Amino acid sequence: MIRADRLIKRFAGFTAVDAVSFTVERGEVVAFLGPNGAGKSTTMRMLAGCLEPDDGRALIADFDCHIDRRAAQSHLGYLPEGAPAYPSMTARGFVRFGLRARGYSGAALEEATRVALDRARLGKMADKAIGALSKGYKRRAALAAAIAHDPPVLILDEPTDGLDPNQKDGVRDLIREMAPKKAILISTHLLDEVDAMCSRAVVIAEGRVKVDATPAEVARQFGGSLESAFRGLTGSLQDPVISDQTGPRT
Amino acid sequence: MTGLIAIFRREVAAYFETPLAYVFLSVFAFAAPAFAWRVGRLFDTGRADLSPLFDYMPWLLLVLMPALAMRAWAEERDRGTLEVLLASPIALYELVLGKFLAALSVAALALMLTFPMWAAMNYLGSPDNAAIATAYLGALLLAGGYLALGQALSASTPNQVIAFVLGVGACFLVTVSGAPFMLDALSAHMPGAAAEALADLSALARFDSLRRGVISLADLIYFLSLMGLGLGLAMALIDARRGGGR
Repeated sequence: MIRADRLIKRFAGFTAVDAVSFTVERGEVVAFLGPNGAGKSTTMRMLAGCLEPDDGRALIADFDCHIDRRAAQSHLGYLPEGAPAYPSMTARGFVRFGLRARGYSGAALEEATRVALDRARLGKMADKAIGALSKGYKRRAALAAAIAHDPPVLILDEPTDGLDPNQKDGVRDLIREMAPKKAILISTHLLDEVDAMCSRAVVIAEGRVKVDATPAEVARQFGGSLESAFRGLTGSLQDPVISDQTGPRT
Repeated sequence: MTGLIAIFRREVAAYFETPLAYVFLSVFAFAAPAFAWRVGRLFDTGRADLSPLFDYMPWLLLVLMPALAMRAWAEERDRGTLEVLLASPIALYELVLGKFLAALSVAALALMLTFPMWAAMNYLGSPDNAAIATAYLGALLLAGGYLALGQALSASTPNQVIAFVLGVGACFLVTVSGAPFMLDALSAHMPGAAAEALADLSALARFDSLRRGVISLADLIYFLSLMGLGLGLAMALIDARRGGGR
């Protein structure tokens, strides 16, 4: 359902993503791991059709994200880094806006909105302006908008970043609940999250895929834990100059 | 079209969910009659027409339209919501046109706020209402041209203040390119035919004929082309964001 095929992206001579390839099939939750500036968000933006690769192909549900962009995006739910949303809108309004843009109207619009807000556990906060919500609720509002059209593919860039432990559990439960019917790619810095809900881990550093295996295999190859594996694969890249490099926002 | 309608609805709501539309409409409702009365001496002309209102309209629109357009893309880029839009299955022309039509609707509402002046003229005398209607059409077309330019410049930066300043500058150039002082200055540095050709690009001259009640196909094509140019440029700049600056 998700296929990155030798994706390459350069910014002003700096190669942010260098021939990255992996796939995610229906029923899989794949963790996309790497230090800051490794190329995770840039890869996800290319898969979401927000950024054109310099070379290689990004496919969602067999549609090329750039040649057949709108068909690919109609199968995709995307939560960008930082979960951006319109502060003057309510969470309900934001979800409805996304659904209307996808052609929903009438009873289908109302039902999809209700289900998405329930799944993201917005509760009474659904009718408050997003700008007045806590960080956790803002992220839930953006997540609700990403899943509202029940897409077969989800790309979530750090969906639990900045959430408290209860909120993290809520988002993890939601992802586990959706997992059997969807292909889900999640970027995260939280290695316990990988153990808790991911069937596979793709580790990326310096724009290149270092390993693509189940969390257990990754841990076994690199000293018994995911943490030691992460350090082993990316430890030499913790220089802050390198780790602060990220592609420009769209 | 569903994408265009969704964007249009969101943009109109966004104008009224924040103080922006109310401030804009209040300033316009105060400034337009103030120019007509105080500067244009509306009641001193002894004629029942709205010429003094439209005499100063280009200068008012020149400042207020970039203020309305500056947030269109600069705000999306600054907040990161442009990524949400670009990841949606909405055609780029729907995004640009939806934003433009929403801003044009607010501009049309602002022009409607001057209708009491039209009613007053009809109460006091018998103005040429066909000419006034043409002048309103001209003002709306001029507003559309300025909004389209403003939207293009909003797409060039994530900073709304810069977008506003660039927008006012571009609208000023388009407006004054045919003004006598500009023609004098230009004719000293370029052949007369080139200076005249540049004068033909002046929005002020095009608006002037509409203000006097004359509709010509050339003027309509001019304003539609100005809108097309601005919106096309906005589309190109937003599409370039997908290329990551390539």
